[in-house]
Order: sequence, then C-alpha cells, then structure tokens
Amino acid sequence: MPAVSFQSVTKVYPGPRGGTSGELRALDGVSFDIESGEFFGLLGPNGAGKTTLISILAGLTRATGGRVTVHGHEVVGDYAAARRQLGIVPQELVFDPFFSVRESLVIQSGYFGVRNNGTWIDELLESLGLADKAKANMRQLSGGMKRRVLVAQALVHRPPVIVLDEPTAGVDVELRQTLWGFIARLNKQGHTVLLTTHYLEEAEALCGRIAMLKQGRVVALDRTSALLAGTASTMLRFKTDQPLPDSVLGKARLTGRVVQVAARDAVEVEAVLARLHAAGVKVEDLEIGRADLEDVFLQIMHSAPVVPRLAA
Amino acid sequence: MTGALLAGTGTLLFKEVLRFWKVSVQTVAAPVLTAVLYLLIFGHVLEDHVKVYGSVSYTSFLIPGLVMMSVLQNAFANSSSSLIQSKITGNLVLLLVTPLSHWAWFLAYVGASVVRGLVVGAGVLLVTLWFAPLRVAEPGWILVFSVAGAAMMGALGLVAGLWAEKFDQIAAFQNFIVMPMTFLSGVFYSVGSLPVFWQRVSHLNPFFYIIDGFRRGFFGVSDVSPWVALAVVATSLAAVCALCLHLLRIGYKVRS
Repeated sequence: MPAVSFQSVTKVYPGPRGGTSGELRALDGVSFDIESGEFFGLLGPNGAGKTTLISILAGLTRATGGRVTVHGHEVVGDYAAARRQLGIVPQELVFDPFFSVRESLVIQSGYFGVRNNGTWIDELLESLGLADKAKANMRQLSGGMKRRVLVAQALVHRPPVIVLDEPTAGVDVELRQTLWGFIARLNKQGHTVLLTTHYLEEAEALCGRIAMLKQGRVVALDRTSALLAGTASTMLRFKTDQPLPDSVLGKARLTGRVVQVAARDAVEVEAVLARLHAAGVKVEDLEIGRADLEDVFLQIMHSAPVVPRLAA
Repeated sequence: MTGALLAGTGTLLFKEVLRFWKVSVQTVAAPVLTAVLYLLIFGHVLEDHVKVYGSVSYTSFLIPGLVMMSVLQNAFANSSSSLIQSKITGNLVLLLVTPLSHWAWFLAYVGASVVRGLVVGAGVLLVTLWFAPLRVAEPGWILVFSVAGAAMMGALGLVAGLWAEKFDQIAAFQNFIVMPMTFLSGVFYSVGSLPVFWQRVSHLNPFFYIIDGFRRGFFGVSDVSPWVALAVVATSLAAVCALCLHLLRIGYKVRS
C-alpha cells in the first residue's frame, strides 16, 4: 500500500461569476503514488498546482474529481485517520500570537489526541535549535525561528508522512542545514517525506524520486538519477558580452553574462563551439560539466506542451 | 480513537479559554467596567423615577439585565474574534490540518464562549451587588438562561466568524445586529412598560426571552412565563446551532 496515492486528481476553480466562463483548471488528472519511506520531490514553476495538490492532501481544499489516500485512508471520507498520518509544514509563516513556543507545541499535539508528549516535544525543540526559545512568545521570534516552530508543530504527533511545502523559502543556511539534517534522519527512520521546493539543488540532493508538474499536469515522474541521465547530460557554460547567434540563442539559458547550453554529447558541444566561433563570439571561463536538476527541470518545462487552462 | 477525539476537543476548548484569559484585562475586566458604568449612569438618572414589578428598585432591576447583556455580548465576541483573527493571520491552517471534526470545533468554540460569558457575567454581578441588594428567587432559571444565552451567542459568533472575511464585517455584525437586539430586549426597562406595538416587536426578539427568563430567577416575576421563554430560547438556540454545525461541516469559507 502506498504511503500517499493521487488518482486522477482534478481541481477546477470556478470563474468570477461562478459559471464555467473563466474557470481555472489548477489540476488536470494528476496520478502518482509515493511509497512508504520515500523522499519524494514535487517540483514545478509557480502556479503549476503543487500547493493545490498538497492542500487537497491536507484537507484544506476539496478536489473537483479523483481520489487521494494516505496509507489507504481517503482524505475526505476518512479524513480523521488520513490527517493523523500527515504532518504538514505550510508554505506561509503562520503562528498564534497568544502562545509561547512550548504552548504552541503542546496545543498542536493535543489536537491530535497526543497528551503527555513532553519528551518528544523536548527532543523536537533540541533538534530544531529551539530549546532556548521554548518559553518565548511566538511574536518575539525571527522568521527563521517561526519556520522551525512550524516544522516542530508538523512533527509533534510523530506522523509517518511529512509534507514540506517550500520549507526553506527565505531562510538562512543554518536553518536549512538543521532542517535537512533532521528530516533526513526521520526519513532514515522510515518516515515518508513529500517536499516541494524551488531550490532544485536541495531536491536533487535529497529526493529519491521526483514528479514535475506543469499547468496542473504531471510532465515528468521518475527516479532523480533517471531524470538526470535521461536528458542532455552535458552542459556547456561560458561568459560573454556579445550577442549570440540565433542557432545557439534558441537553446541557451542566460543569467547575466553567463550562458548555459545543453548538449547530448561531445559532437554537439563541438557544433555549438563552432557556431560561436563562426559568429565571432568571444567566450570566457568556458566549462563543460554534467547537467544538474535545474537544467533537467528547464528542459522538461520548455519541452512540455502548453495547454489552455482558462475556459473561454 | 474516541479518547483521542475527546482529547482533541478538550485541547481546543482549553486553548480558546487560555486565549481570552491571557488578555483578561481586555476580555474580562473591560466589559465589567463598562457594565458598572451603565449601572452608575442609568441608576443615578432613573432610580427615583422608575419602579418595576411593584417594589423592585430600578438599580436592582437593572443588575440582572446588565449581567445578561455582558454574558451575551462577550460570548459572541469570544468565538467571532478568535475565528476571524485566525482566518486573517492564517494560523487557522494549523487547526484545519488536524483530525478534529466539525462537532469538535463547535463544542470547543461554543464551550469557550460560554466560559467567557459566564466569567464576565459573574464579574459584573459581583461588582454591581455592591450598589443594590439582590435576592435569588429561582436559581435554576438563572443557570438555564445564562448558559443557553451564552451558547446561542457563542454559536452565532462562530457563524459570524466563518462568514466574515475582515474585522469590519464582525464589527458590523456586532454593532448592527447584536447591540440593537440586546439594547431593545428589556435590559434597561420592563417590556411591559412599552406601548402595545413595541411590546409585540420586542416579543419577536429572542434576546428578550433570555433576559426576561434570567431576571425571573432573581425576582420570581417576569413579563412572560419562563416556560414560554425557555421554549423560544431553546428553539432559537437549536436553529443557530444547526446553522453553525452545517457551515462547519461544509467548511464554509475555510476550506476551498
């Protein structure tokens, strides 16, 4: 039995007047399973439907069609059992200003019916670097500290499935290292992890399998290693101040002076360099390396077909 | 599993009580002071001009009305303000992802509203007793109408909190519905002293029956039979609770 199963999940937001005119198809038949113990990445550009999918999983949003289960429990019909299996770290930095860090954790634990949970709460506070803030009011914490509390709140009832919706957005390196160290440890202990992030190097380093969403559809679903091997495996990187010839420009990714061009093999690398030479483009700091997940992501996003999502 | 659900409901109730208790100067002391000011001003102006139920002084008559007004307004304020704050600040998501059912939400929010209403009401009663003697004729009615009134307003506050999308809308609900219905329910006067037309209008207001029944507990006399008042209050309470539970069950404006 998969830890999480999405089966033909569709979400259509009605138009401004409630009819079909102007309605938005946020998810369009999304199907995939996440096996127990996996560290799974859900990637996609802004508006791809990642947060909508996670919101349906968490019971914050209702699917228009399809079925979602957590360890076999359907998230609508058997919501209480499903939610007990889930620990959700929301994307927004939310907190209750009336309570201290420890009170927030005790209360969140109580919502799940877990009482006398002091030992685990102490361990969470220690592991996430919050021990000295336990008595501090939530309002007194920095953004990074509030993010840590959100992670602790999601884990306070020891859920077998942990869902992290862009947990490292706008947080410092120290928190990232603390967080990933702790989450990786939980994953090794058997917890399933579903991660959405825009930091693709994190996804590449952590996730064993990845799904990519574009415009509400799954456009890639495979092991991370297979995704990296399956597309152009070589990446040509250089700097230039000169305009590129059209034949190279069409394939290039530009970041200021830095140009990156994907190539399948040495022959294609030579062909690109020959075109640059023929056009009289002077290049600096030329490197030839392996494609990373960001390169794979961009190639897949550019090659996946664009479909209309708004009804006329 | 049932134990876990009860523990979850108890935790939400505890959290809601702790929330208002942490700001008790604002949520308890301030409404008590407001009620005392009403008593001082209206009692001073009308004490020698109005006699109610034969021998009852106006100040004594006023005290149960002010107590119940405080109970109703604070019960409403507790659930409505807690929910709208959580919606606007976004921390409601921390509750939405839990396994708590719509019944658990209902029992906890309404329960905390009853607690706050009764705490404020007891505070008003304790302070105002210093100004006039008050006897207790039928204590059962005091208990029944204070709890039923607070529960009705707690549930109504929950409905308002679910419906509202900004603080303005809660304030409008409070100022244009709750406040006029409270003031026009016989807090400051006996409805029997009104012209017939306004007596009939007052009889359409469920708050009138709550206050009249509550006052019956103190003086042993009332404008209508306490059993009629109980029937009206029970029907109103059931209607508001049914609406509230329906909105919570469908996740009205909290689950998209």
